[in-house]
Amino acid sequence: MISLSQYLIVAAILFGLGIAGIILNRKNVIILLMSIELMLLAVNTNFIAFSHFMGNNVGEIFVFFILTVAAAEAAIGLAILVVLFRRLGNIEVEKLDLLKG
Amino acid sequence: MEKQLTLLSIAMVLLPLLGAIIAGLFGKLIGRRMTHCVTVSLVGMSFLLACYLFKVIAIAGYPTLDVPFYTWAISGAFHFDVAFLIDRLAVVMAVIVTFVSLMVHIYTIGYMADDPGYQRFFSYVSLFTFAMLTLVFADNFFLMFFGWEGVGLVSYLLIGFWFKRESAVAGSLKAFLVNRVGDMGFILGMAAVFTYCDNLNYQYVFSHLNLILGQTINIAPGFSVSLVTLTCLLLFIGAMGKSAQIPLHVWLPESMEGPTPISALIHAATMVTAGIYMVARLSPLFEYSQVALSVILVLGATTCLFMGILAIFQQDIKRVIAYSTLSQLGYMAIALGASAYDAAIFHLMTHAFFKALLFLAAGSVIIALHHEQDMRKMGGLATLMPITYVTFVIGALALSAIPPFAGFYSKDVIIEAVHAAQLPGAGYAYFCAIAGAFITPLYIFRALFLTFHGKTRVEPALNGHVKESPWVVLLPLIGLAIPSLVAGEILIGPMLFSQQTLLGNSIFVLPAHNVLLALAKHFEGAKLMALEAGTSLPFWLAIAGIATAWFFNRGFPQYADVLKKRFHWFCVVMQNNYGFDEFNQRVFVQGTLRLGRFFYQISDLKFIDGIFVNGSGRLIRWLANQSRGMQTGFLYHYTFVMIGGLAVLLFWLLVGF
Repeated sequence: MISLSQYLIVAAILFGLGIAGIILNRKNVIILLMSIELMLLAVNTNFIAFSHFMGNNVGEIFVFFILTVAAAEAAIGLAILVVLFRRLGNIEVEKLDLLKG
Repeated sequence: MEKQLTLLSIAMVLLPLLGAIIAGLFGKLIGRRMTHCVTVSLVGMSFLLACYLFKVIAIAGYPTLDVPFYTWAISGAFHFDVAFLIDRLAVVMAVIVTFVSLMVHIYTIGYMADDPGYQRFFSYVSLFTFAMLTLVFADNFFLMFFGWEGVGLVSYLLIGFWFKRESAVAGSLKAFLVNRVGDMGFILGMAAVFTYCDNLNYQYVFSHLNLILGQTINIAPGFSVSLVTLTCLLLFIGAMGKSAQIPLHVWLPESMEGPTPISALIHAATMVTAGIYMVARLSPLFEYSQVALSVILVLGATTCLFMGILAIFQQDIKRVIAYSTLSQLGYMAIALGASAYDAAIFHLMTHAFFKALLFLAAGSVIIALHHEQDMRKMGGLATLMPITYVTFVIGALALSAIPPFAGFYSKDVIIEAVHAAQLPGAGYAYFCAIAGAFITPLYIFRALFLTFHGKTRVEPALNGHVKESPWVVLLPLIGLAIPSLVAGEILIGPMLFSQQTLLGNSIFVLPAHNVLLALAKHFEGAKLMALEAGTSLPFWLAIAGIATAWFFNRGFPQYADVLKKRFHWFCVVMQNNYGFDEFNQRVFVQGTLRLGRFFYQISDLKFIDGIFVNGSGRLIRWLANQSRGMQTGFLYHYTFVMIGGLAVLLFWLLVGF
């Protein structure tokens, strides 16, 4: 039987990977989106695990909502990405520094 | 009776104000003729009321009235009533003020006939009369200050009456500024009285003098002075400003830029005597400060002699008389300092008559010569303007203290009084007064000879056109010549040397200071005094002064040139007015400018602009420049900071510090 803490550890590792992906990634905006998805999934995993171990399915309902929102967000993110590419001609994170002070 | 007197006095004060309002607001509407009819008749009524009050209070001896009729403001202990003190001093002053004012009103009809500001002028003169009467009748310091500022304001307006002339504007400004210096003293003095007495009513203050006497006040660490002395000195600074005593006299000669009727009314007869009146009014206070009396004595004496000497060197006929006014105000101050307050008011009265007369006569000459004031361009006018000439001679004789003219009595009494006075400085004051007796006839007869005698030096264009002034000008001259002739002889007895003097209880003199009482023992009637003039030094000095004036101006003018060459430096000093103007220019004007520039450069440019305004801007810009590096624009930096922040927050929530 897999224990709760093992689930949580997996989720934490996934979350950490997501963060690391955002911070370390210098090349591609698509990887940013993927990292965000990864973090969302880590959170979903937590929800499912808690829901299962507490015998309460509210968490699972939350997960459906989060998945929906994540899908919408991915769609919007990709749309922005397309516009970005059209305007600037590249999607390298390192070159997107228009907000530099 | 009391109610009736109150109403009459209010009416007397307000009638000229009514005239001023009518002339000022509706002057253009009702026309010139109507304007002078209204103002002259209102001031005339005011004069008649003053005479009635004089009869009731001063002659019939009706007791002093102190009638409040309006409360303007109450704030804590401060109670400001508009109230009149109707007593002997006030009614005597009221008669002088309204009489001279009436004469000047009538004279103005002729003098200003062609001036476009005719109605405005009448409005101002009536307003002045109102303010002066308020000053005189006030029963507390504050209302007196109202009148005091009122006359100052009108004086400013009238000196700058011809506001298109630059010199007139400068003169009015100078008068206004110098008077503010005096006013500051007055206000501080008033504040001192209020602080210790909690009331500004004269009678209250005089009956609670124990609150002030014997107190000392710390004006600097380790340096305290007697309160009564400080108060009196501060109040006298106010009087110095208004009555043009050295060193605040500089505005009076400049005030001659105003029209001549104003010089006569404001800058000779009435307003400049306000300071003298104030000290006399506050005699119960001044009596207790020997130091203040000594200061008054010394300053008065200095003004009296040195301003008289200056008058000899003036070429402008009005300036001669202006310096003469300064000198005579010095005599009045000497009398105040010697505690001969009655004598000061007596001289104030006779001076008002003969000095107004001299000014108006000079004005008559000035209009005859089409506004020429330079005596070098006059001469030989005696036959052309006989009435002006005769009245000017009367004024000059009165000023020179030749018996039996009015000035003789008042000036002789002052000289005797200061001779009898025991205060420190009395010896110096006596010397100045005696020397002044020689100087006075010298300058006024010099003016007389230059103006009316000798060959004519008037502009050729005016030849044959110089003629005697119209009757509206001559009537006031005659009206003033009569009191200049007889007022002294008639009034010296009742005013100074009778059991119940005309000013009576309005004046308070300590027995130890009472010089007039000592003089009264030797007084045996005005006529005898005039006859005995031959035995007194001032009389012979006056004769010598006239003779000297004749010698240098008519008899042997070549010697004057010799003297002028020999004592060239002296003439230069005189022409520069002892350097007072230069000193004020250098020290006060330039000093203020330099101080201002210093503060502009240092505290304004460097501190306020440099450090506070631009400095704060620069600081923010520097901070922004430093901190803009934080804004890299890279998403992963922001995320990193956010995650870091989140981690710290979580750590704080879970573990606590």
